[in-house]
Amino acid sequence: MSTMMAPVGAPSEDLPKDRGWLTQKNLIGTLATGFIPLTLATLVVALPLLWMVLSSFKSTPEIITLDLHILPANPSLHNYQEAFSSVPFARIFMNSVFVTVVGATVKVFLAIITAYALVFVRFPFKNVIFIGILVALMVPSQVAILPNYILIASLGWLNTYQGIIVPSLGTAFGTFLLRQQFLSLPKSMLEAAEVEGAGHWRRIWSIVVPVSGPSIATVALVTIVAEWNDYIWPLIITTDPNLMTLPVGLTLLQNSESGPQGYGVMMAGAVIVLVPVLLVFAMLQRYIVAGLTQGSVAN
Amino acid sequence: MAELTVADRPPKRKKRGWFSIPRNRKDALWFLALALPNLILIGLFTYRPLIMNIRFSTLNWTLGSPSATEIGIDNYVRWFTSGDASIVLTTTAIFAVCTVGGSMILGLLVALALNLKVPGRTVARATVFAPYVLSGVGVGLVWLFIFDPVYGLLAWVLRTFGMTSPRWFNDPPLSLAMVIIVYIWKNLGYCAVVYLAGLQGMNSDLMEAAQIDGASSFKRFWYMTLPLLSPTTFFLTITTILSSLQAFDLIKIMTPTSTGTRVLIYEAYVQGFLAYQRAGYSAAISVILFVILLVLTVIQITVAERRVHYA
Repeated sequence: MSTMMAPVGAPSEDLPKDRGWLTQKNLIGTLATGFIPLTLATLVVALPLLWMVLSSFKSTPEIITLDLHILPANPSLHNYQEAFSSVPFARIFMNSVFVTVVGATVKVFLAIITAYALVFVRFPFKNVIFIGILVALMVPSQVAILPNYILIASLGWLNTYQGIIVPSLGTAFGTFLLRQQFLSLPKSMLEAAEVEGAGHWRRIWSIVVPVSGPSIATVALVTIVAEWNDYIWPLIITTDPNLMTLPVGLTLLQNSESGPQGYGVMMAGAVIVLVPVLLVFAMLQRYIVAGLTQGSVAN
Repeated sequence: MAELTVADRPPKRKKRGWFSIPRNRKDALWFLALALPNLILIGLFTYRPLIMNIRFSTLNWTLGSPSATEIGIDNYVRWFTSGDASIVLTTTAIFAVCTVGGSMILGLLVALALNLKVPGRTVARATVFAPYVLSGVGVGLVWLFIFDPVYGLLAWVLRTFGMTSPRWFNDPPLSLAMVIIVYIWKNLGYCAVVYLAGLQGMNSDLMEAAQIDGASSFKRFWYMTLPLLSPTTFFLTITTILSSLQAFDLIKIMTPTSTGTRVLIYEAYVQGFLAYQRAGYSAAISVILFVILLVLTVIQITVAERRVHYA
């Protein structure tokens, strides 16, 4: 695990020469090259999101105005009520939760057992299979939408949960990432278990999984975020608002609330989609960042 | 689970019988049981579509229609001769170059700042990365509001400086620029964090030696940091080009009618699903996109083998 997180996570040990940013000589330089650019970058990233939250509480006349005020004069939940009444948002929110939970659970499970098989079970041409998975990692899912749509439609799975979930269940990313982690485990640990008579199934769940907790958490979080944000596939596969996921529901909202007077409602919708991910990210950013930048370190 | 573990326990030494499937074969069965579900799913929903696309691309076929006529390479011929090709390929290239270049250069600058021991850099790192995990749909809506030429935040800022806002939504080049800006905003944090990992993995003794030898900080950056970062740069170039060619969410939300943003991926969607329902034509565009991705990857790998300095 440490090999995986170290380059991204922990700050490197300070060198003895490093006297910190407070040294007078360094101070101005650090301010100019470090502090100011970072503050600027942080503001550029944070302001649009802050603007979204503030605007979602504003009334329509406060939004359609040339005389902008930063804070809403009378913060109200009007835009949220409007969003929930023009589109079945509560249902759509629950759809997103359901699709994300089921999809991510299955994908993490499949990633664990596939990666275990690739690393610890003897089989001819394992490397070829692994290359096949790596190539799949590079195939954009968008290229596959038309044939997949036709397949799912022929199964009668349009506007169904299985139609949304099943086509993305195969996981090249999770397999790739967990394979890297499993390769770093000491072989002796597994051999000892084998001598004691533990079969593959038990070796997976009582040895490999417990010691790989952080990597699995990383895969799980990255998968959850990806499922939550997934757009093009649910967009194509659902036309019934009762089966849409949040990003698709937002499109519906955008269509029904078009024009400047709809901005407040759209900001409320954006808050509903973005804030859950922001909260999860704020709590667990270390794992998420490590997972999403994993390839660079593995390279 | 309990049953399986019991059954799997090796038989008491050398007992013959149905247990004595050679270990190799038993392992092979385990391998298949564990890996096959995932491999089948990947095959069915990732590899199969690649092949089917090639098949569909030879058909004159309206999505949902029961009949289709075989037309060979007519879809490709039509695409390349209709003038669509030059618009779409140019737009795709502009989008890719601007987003990849922009997010990598800005990402590197942010990474250099993050690498200094500045107070609050942990918060800054997390904040800058955050947009990367957000839904493109949500982000697109927020920026549409900000870019609104009359009521947007940006228009207000420009007005305070006595300027009028450009008409971002109607002018094709401006629409493209708008989407590029938002795409860079969303992705530069990823580049920054990957570059930061590269910077922190560098040998600091080397840097100090250069500093003692009197190399200016720009020289150190240009002649040492940058070459030493080339594996990271290479990795980022591949990943950001691949994701840039797959950019769909922002384009769909910010320019639903593809004003100025007729990139390959969106064109395939528009032709296949929106309005036209031309399944064969859409498949042909998807095939072209995939071939481009393939060629790019091969070129990059060959170049990388020769040129990249692996520290």
